[in-house]
This record gives sequence, structure tokens and C-alpha cells, in this order.
Amino acid sequence: MTRTRLIDPKGWIFLAALAAFCLVVPLLNLGIPEGSGLHLPTYLVSLFGKYLAFALLALSLDLVWGYCGILSLGHGAFFGLGGYAMGMYLMRQIGPRGVYGNPVLPDFMVFLNYKELPWYWLGFDHFAFAALMVLAVPGLLAFVFGWLAFRSRVTGVYLSIITQAMTFALMLAFFRNDMGLGGNNGLTDFKDILGFPVQAQGTRVALFVATGIALALGYLVARFMTVSAYGKILIAVRDAESRTRFLGYRPEHYKTLAFTVSAMMAGVAGALYVPQVGIINPGEFAPTNSIEAVIWVAVGGRGTLVGAALGAVIVNYAKTVLTGALPDAWLFALGALFVVVTLFMPKGIVGTLIERFGSRRARAKLPPEPEIAPKLAEEGQG
Amino acid sequence: MIRILLLLLTLGLSGPALAQSDPYARLASDSYGDIETGIAGLAASGDPRAGAVLAALAEGRLLYRPSDKALFVKQGDGLVEARSGGAATAEGLKPVRANNKIRRALEAAQGQLNLVSTDPGKRREAAEAVFKARDTSALPAVETALAKESDRGIKRLFEQARAALLLAKPGTPEADRLAALPILQARGDGDSIAILRTIAASDPSETVKAAAGRGIQAIETRLAVAAAAQNVWYGVSLGSVLLLAAIGLAITFGVMGIINMAHGEMVMLGAYTTYLVQDAIRAHAPGLFDWSLAISIPCAFLVAGAVGVVIERGIIRFLYGRPLETLLATFGVSLILQQSVRSIFGPTNREVGSPGFMSGAFDLFGLSITWGRMWIVLFSFSVFLGLLFVLRKTAFGLKTRAVTQNRRMAAAMGIRTPWVDAMTFGLGSGIAGIAGVALSQIDNVSPNLGQGYIIDSFLVVVFGGVGNLWGTLVAALTLGVANKLFEPYFGAVLAKIALLIFIILFIQKRPRGLFALKGRAVES
Amino acid sequence: MSGTDLLEPIRHDASVGPATKKRVTDALLYLDDLKVTFDGYRALRGLSLTLDRGEMRAIIGPNGAGKTTMMDCITGKTRPDTGTALFDGTYDLTRLDEPAIADLGIGRKFQKPTVFESHTVADNILLALKGPRSGVASLFGWRNRVEAERIDALLTKVGLIAHRGRPAADLSHGQKQWLEIGMLLAQDPKLLLVDEPVAGMTDAETAETATLLREIARDHAVIVVEHDMHFVRALECRVTCLHEGAVLAEGSIDAVSADPKVVEVYLGR
Repeated sequence: MTRTRLIDPKGWIFLAALAAFCLVVPLLNLGIPEGSGLHLPTYLVSLFGKYLAFALLALSLDLVWGYCGILSLGHGAFFGLGGYAMGMYLMRQIGPRGVYGNPVLPDFMVFLNYKELPWYWLGFDHFAFAALMVLAVPGLLAFVFGWLAFRSRVTGVYLSIITQAMTFALMLAFFRNDMGLGGNNGLTDFKDILGFPVQAQGTRVALFVATGIALALGYLVARFMTVSAYGKILIAVRDAESRTRFLGYRPEHYKTLAFTVSAMMAGVAGALYVPQVGIINPGEFAPTNSIEAVIWVAVGGRGTLVGAALGAVIVNYAKTVLTGALPDAWLFALGALFVVVTLFMPKGIVGTLIERFGSRRARAKLPPEPEIAPKLAEEGQG
Repeated sequence: MIRILLLLLTLGLSGPALAQSDPYARLASDSYGDIETGIAGLAASGDPRAGAVLAALAEGRLLYRPSDKALFVKQGDGLVEARSGGAATAEGLKPVRANNKIRRALEAAQGQLNLVSTDPGKRREAAEAVFKARDTSALPAVETALAKESDRGIKRLFEQARAALLLAKPGTPEADRLAALPILQARGDGDSIAILRTIAASDPSETVKAAAGRGIQAIETRLAVAAAAQNVWYGVSLGSVLLLAAIGLAITFGVMGIINMAHGEMVMLGAYTTYLVQDAIRAHAPGLFDWSLAISIPCAFLVAGAVGVVIERGIIRFLYGRPLETLLATFGVSLILQQSVRSIFGPTNREVGSPGFMSGAFDLFGLSITWGRMWIVLFSFSVFLGLLFVLRKTAFGLKTRAVTQNRRMAAAMGIRTPWVDAMTFGLGSGIAGIAGVALSQIDNVSPNLGQGYIIDSFLVVVFGGVGNLWGTLVAALTLGVANKLFEPYFGAVLAKIALLIFIILFIQKRPRGLFALKGRAVES
Repeated sequence: MSGTDLLEPIRHDASVGPATKKRVTDALLYLDDLKVTFDGYRALRGLSLTLDRGEMRAIIGPNGAGKTTMMDCITGKTRPDTGTALFDGTYDLTRLDEPAIADLGIGRKFQKPTVFESHTVADNILLALKGPRSGVASLFGWRNRVEAERIDALLTKVGLIAHRGRPAADLSHGQKQWLEIGMLLAQDPKLLLVDEPVAGMTDAETAETATLLREIARDHAVIVVEHDMHFVRALECRVTCLHEGAVLAEGSIDAVSADPKVVEVYLGR
């Protein structure tokens, strides 16, 4: 049987590089005194942590896009929901240290004349509950959304469009002050996480390492799913969904599971992102963000998992450099990246590398783009 | 001498009666009480000169001669006799004075006079004024006027005024009050409802109270219907905007199957083209400003269409059959176009002016309709019909349909399919550009203009059924109207969210949209 | 519904409607008066057909006769507007969806060979093998050695054993046809629907395919849709000719090809 190992060579390279990164960064930050040329400033640690959170988001997107053919333009929504769940916990940790000094209500609620905490804030003072919600809220949304959509056989661009509508609707909702989640300012001014000050150097390094570990775990989960028989069926669904039905499979079950797990991973990414950047606001739900995440995957190589993570880091690093040096050029560069990658590098960096150096079998694993163009009725023939 | 004697004789014979009945004599006085009586008398007399005399009094041009109480009106440099209007000369005249009380009386009198004016517009105004003022003393005058009135519309106004006065006047018999209620109910505006509320709250008769209550309900229902009609119009207006934005997409996405995420930017380019055209017109031919939109339409079509052709030839043609990758590549194009415009024109809004015919409003069956919106609705339907014509009735449309239905067969028939692809995409983009001309009138012309429409446009096309232009029309109008009907209940943002959720759920139910094409081929 | 429930296969036995109560017919497949309309185009206009257990049947007919639409109705891809479609005398096919019907034991090979191109030949068979179809089972279970042997046996049967590790995408057109037949066999269905199995095959391949199908027909019921009359003759089975969405003639190949109506609309001499 063509059994695939859980961790293949490129997986080992990836995990080793990630481990090295998670060792070197803290060392350069904590181990080398400030002022030394080798010292890594703490803000860079958080910046790298942000990249890793984005890498996890890209990984989750690759699980559904690369292996299941679901081009989600709404993964930013799951990321944002996870982020909000974490943000709510962090808001509750502020306690009476807010500007208004209210021990229970966050500042924006005092400002908006809330008398008591809305019901959906209850429990968020416990980290365990918040952590559960980080998984449960995006997971539940993805489960319901996916179940409805996949059962109705909404596929291809239609699915992409409605996922985009979903995140757009969430963005509008979270912008409302009545939502009780901070309106367009979002949640910010965090103080502590698990009793440690968010701004402290040690906490930031710990968050960075936690993100790295989450990314590694996410990779293993995605890998476990894709190399199992489940993964083979998933790929079969991606390539010829209706054929799997005639074999007795129910593609909607497989897709819903992948979509739900993927959304949870995105939620975790969002939850790790928020304490490192110090804010979560409805802008995270903007459809553009979700599409940007897609290009990370495309750049790295979809259907490779490792490529998705790599793509996220590369594109975001380029973004940091370019927006600093030539602010106007960034959108040109990003736009060109979309065009160039789809036209000239459809398999992405890792995919292209595999094609050049990889085994014949690995090549076959690369996804062809299924044809799902909407078209006018052709002559029906009987 | 004989004249004086005669006058005295007359005075002696009928002095008090004359003084009572002759308002002119009353007016020629320095007693405010007399003047007030005179005003009321004159107003009630039906004298054709009354209006002129009262107007003169209001303007301080009414003079009297204390010696014989003769009244004169100053007209320009000369004098006329008040009663007859004949030219006159006189000495030792004093103005008839007025205080606030007199002025009020004067206003009421003038209102009463207008009730019987020969000018129908004046009568209409006067009836409305009486209705609003509800001064019960005007009742006799209203009744007189009502009896004389022949114009049906004005007669109705008098009846309404009379009803309002009857209800306001204490002591009106219950039967009359009951009879007055339906008249107000028929009028059915905010004033009527206010009167009915007072009656329903304070009328001594329970029957009348109940009747007034029923009247209020009837009016409220009717007002709600009118508000709904207004909202439907707003909805049609919004729907036509959605249609404009989506209609180009109905071609590129619906007919060709291309996911063009840069569609919104085509709209944006159309809006900026309008800005440039207006700029040029302001600088070189200000007289043509009213034509600026008409001139912009072909320009915007060409600019956006040309950009569309370049995108199709440069990018999309390599990606046919790979819709998801087209989506990504065109999203990249949209970022580049946005940033280009931002670099050239700056990130701030550009001012696009409205020609005269776009401003103002008119009333249609109680709906207030602005000309600008009206033109956009008409324009968007014209674009729709024009596009339908192009696709259905022209050789180009035939080729487009042939290529989209069976590319290889069309090629075998000698159709240059790449050319048709490029032109069809150009057409869709060009129409987006045209939409930009219209949207420049109602939205901010900024580099982000297109982004606001792209999601809505896709949802409209998907909701309507891909490949079905009529579906796009119905979907745009449905969504527009639904949005505006929800708004009063949920507020704008929640209404929008509700619609998004509705569409998401709808697509689950009917994945191919409202007007899905059925058949084996489309399923695969 | 919990996540694991969701991934269980749908239980179909008790939910198929009145037909479940008693066996109405002894035929394995019973189609009566099926009608299908696509946007005004009447693809099936009262098609009736019965197939006995273990029978092989060839369906012929010109383009647009309704052959593929009939298969779509049997496999749940298309819902007929009216008519009866019973499997095994008990299951109402018009009320089940594709996976449920596949689970009943109806397998289908498409006109255009559809294999999972990213997967190896062996994996294609593996995915088709009879067994639990639930997601959780697939996530945590793995096929055992017995199945590996079964896969090899099947690949030997369809002549693809030498290609077992190759990606299906690399196969030739004819090999893909055979792989699909192999997948059908792996499903071990009671009824196989085979749509144009020899389209694009060489004469030698066609002959081999006929042999293979005859062998399969020994312990399976088979419906073969085909244009190639030599191939149909080689199948040595009853033939049904469809025309304009209904049965035009039925009988032995000689009787059908001699039928003047069939000659007129289809064979066209």
C-alpha cells in the first residue's frame, strides 16, 4: 500500500527549521544583552511571532484549499473570531486598571453606559474557557456554515463568494457598538495574560515560542489528516467530487470536518496573534485580509502545508520591509505578486522545488485545478 | 351747504344704523375698537374693494379725514377714494392706526377675504390657513365660502377646514362632530391625526372618541403604506445602483465565467473618467457642463473597456478554466489599479459636480423623488436594455453566446474566439465604467470606490442566477427593495447583515440562484 | 448532531418509503414510465425497463436517446419528474441520493473516464473498496494486508498490476477505462452501470474489455451503454434500443438489429 509517512523529508526540514527559529530568537533576545550588535530587540520577537501566527493561518487555509479544493475567502473571519475570544479574556484581565477603573466592565462598556456585562462575556475571565472558545466559536461557525454549504453542493467560486460574504457580514456586525465588543476600536490596552504582563520581554518571548509550538502542532494535525485514508478521500473529493459520491462517500462529511478543523486552527492563530500585536478590531474581518492570506498559500505552494507556512512568512516579511521603505510600492508589489504567482508559478515556491527535485510520486500529489467554471447550458445529450 | 345738510339729515335719520352697518365709517376712526369692528365688517361684507382697503390698512396706506370720516387710500403719489376707488384729492388726512390686536384681526380678515378671492390659488391657501389656525371665528366665513365654491378640489379643502373648526368649536352637536371625523380621516395627514388625537383624548362623547380612534388607526395605516411606498422607491433606487454595478459582472462572470475581482476598479475608473471630463469641460468649455455626464459615458466606456481588454489579453486568457486562479490574479490587478489611481490622484475624494437636471425633486402621488435618483434609475434600466439588445440582437452578441456555449464549435465555424473573448470582457468592463459615471453622482469618487461594490455585485449575480441577465435585474431590485424595507426595523447595518445572511442561506437552498439554468451540462 | 454522528454513513434501509414494506417485483432493477425534462427538453419520455438478477444488458441508441439520463436516474444524479425506479424490488431509487444508492450496491462507470488523477492506481482501487465510508474511520483506521491482496487481485484482473504505484494521471485513456472498471469491481456492487467502456480503445483493447465484462457478468448484473455494435455483439446479451427517451426495441442482438424501426432511427442503412 502507498502508505505515506506522517513526517516526510520536507516536513523534517520544516520542523527542524521551526525549532531552530524558536530557539535562536529567544536566545538572541534574552541571552544577549541589549546594546550588543547581536541582540534582537523585543519588538522583533513579537513581529516574528506575528509571522508565525500568520503561518498557522496559512496552514489552515492550505488544509482546505490545497487538499479539499475549498477556496475560502473567509478564513480571516475564523482568525478574527479566535482573536476576539482571546481579546475578551485579555480585556477581563485588565480588571480595575482601566481608565474608568470599573472592576467588571471594560472601558468601552463604561463609556457606552453598559450597566452589566453582556451574557456572552461571561466566563471569559477564565483562561481555560477563553481557550475553549478560541476553538469552539470558529469551529462551530465553520461547522454550521460548511455543513449547510457542502450539503447543498455549493462549490468552487460560489463557495468562495459566500465565504467572502460571511466575513463581510461579520465585519459589519463587529463594527457596531451594540455588538458589545468595542465597535470599531475593537479590544485593546491589554495588561496581563495568565498573570504575566503582556508587554514584558519574557511574556513576549513566551508568546513567540507558544506560537511556534502551535504552528508545529497545526502542521502535525494537518499532516495527520492528509496522509491518512481520510486525506486520500479528501483529495479524491477535491479532484472529482461527484465520482466519490458514486463510490458511496459523502463528500460533505469530509469537507465539513476539514473545514471545521481548519477554522479551529485559524482561530488559534488569531488568539496567538492578538496578545502579540496588542489589539483586535473589526478590520481583521475585512475581505481583503482573507484574500491576502490566500496569496500567502499560493506563493508558498498550495497543497504542500510547509509551503503555505513559508509563503506567509515570506510575504509578510516583504510587507514589513516594503511598507517601511516604500509605503506606496507595497500594494503594487502585492498586486503584482498575485498576478505573477498565478500566471508563472501556479505551484508556488515549495511546489516548484518539489517538481524540480522531488520524487515522481510527490509530483502527482500536486493538485490540478478542478474545472468549476460556471457556464451556460451546453446542448443536453441523452 | 345743502350737501352738509343732507348729510346731517341722513345721519340724523339713520345715524346709529349707518355707523353700525358701514364698515368704512368704522374704519375712519382713532378708536382701536371701532377699527377692529370695521375690519371684521368689511371682511364679511363681500365688498369687492374690501381686499384693497384692508391691504392698504396693513401697509399703512389707509388715511382718513377726521372732519367727515372719509376714507382714502394712498396709491403711489396720488389718492383714491376708499369706497369707490375713484381718484380724489383731499387735505388734512390722518393715517388709520394699527396695533398688534388690529394686525391680528387684519390677518384673519384677509384670510377670510381670500376664502372668496377670485384667484383659486389664494382660496386654496386661505382654506389651508384656516385649517391650520383652527380659529373658530372663521367658521361663518368658511361656510359662506363653501356654499359659493364651485371648484371640487378647493371645496374639499373648505369642507376639511369646516370640519376642523366644527371639532375645535365648543358646543358643536355630536352628530356634526361625528360627521366631521371622516372628512379629516380622508385628509389623513399629520395635522388631521393631531386633531383626531385631541378628540379621541378629550371629547365628551364616547361615541365620538371611539370614532376618532378608528380614524386615527385608518390614517396611521395609510401613512405606513405611504412610508412603505417611499421605502420601495428608495429600494428601487438602491436596486438600480446595484444593477448598474452588477450588470457588467453579469457579462464577465455570468456569461464568460470569469471571476473579475477588479470589476469594482472598472467602476472606479469610470468615475475618475467623469472627474477628468468635467475638469476639462470646466477649463475649456464651461457652457457644456450640463452635458458633462453625457460626454463622460462614452469616455468611461472606452477607458474601462480598454483596460478590460488589456487585462483579458494580458492575464485572464492564460487562466481560462481556472476560475479560482483568475480570482486571485484579478484581485492583484485590482490592488494595482487602486494604488495607481491613489498615486496619480491622491487618496482623497475628488469632487464630481452634478449638472442642473440632476438636482431638485418632485412629488409623485405623495412620494418625494429626487431627480438625481430618478435619472440613475432610468439610466440603469436603459443600460440593462441596451446590453440585452447587444447580446440578443447583434452579430457580436450571437458570437459571444456561441463562444460561451461551445467554444470549439464556434471556432470551427470561423469565429475568432480570442477576439470575442477580449471584446466580451471589454464590454463587461466598459459597462462597469459607465456605471462609474452614474455612481460618481451619489458616491465619493475615491480610489476605494470600487471596493464598496464588488461583494454586492457578485452576490447580485449569484443570487439572480449566473448567466441570466433578467435574473440579475430581478436580484438587484429584490435586494435593493428588501434592504430599504428592512432598514426602518433593523437599521442600515443590521439590514445589510440580514441580507448577506439571507443570500448565504439562499445559495444553500438554490446553489444556482433564482433563475437557475437546469440541465445535465450545467451540473458537471 | 455531534461531529462523529455526522461522519457516520447515512442509514438508508428504513427510510426509503412505501416500497420498503414489501418486495414489489423480483427484478433487480425495475424502471417504469420514467420522465425527465430539462428546461423543456424531454430527455426521458416514459422509459420502462426491467433487469433480472445476474443479467447483462446492452443499451444502444442514437445520441439524445436518453441513455445517460437513464443512468443518472438510476444512480440518483437526476431526479425523474415522474415514474418508478426500484432496486431489488424494495428500494425507491428516486428518493435516495448518490452515496446511498452506491451503498445499496449500484456502481457506475462514466462515459468520460473519471479516476482520481492525483492518486496512484492502487489508491484509486483502495478508495473504491467496499467498506465503511465514514470520515472518522478513514481518519484513524487503515486498510489491512488482506485488502492489499484484494487490490492486487483486482489490478491483475483489469491488467494494471504493473502500474499499481503510478499516478492515475499517467495512464493512457484505455487504461483509465480499465482502472474505472477495476474500481467498480472493488465496490463489489450488485449492479454495474458501464457507460461507453470502449470509447477510444483499439480493437484489441475492445475485445479484451468485452471478455472482461462477460467475466464480470457471471456474478454481477451489468448494464452496458455502447455505440460499438461489434462490441455489443461480443457481449452476447440481450439488447435494448432507446430512442427519444423511451424503449424502441428489446431482444437479442440479431432481433434488435433486424428491427426495421431500429434500422431507421439508429443503424441507418
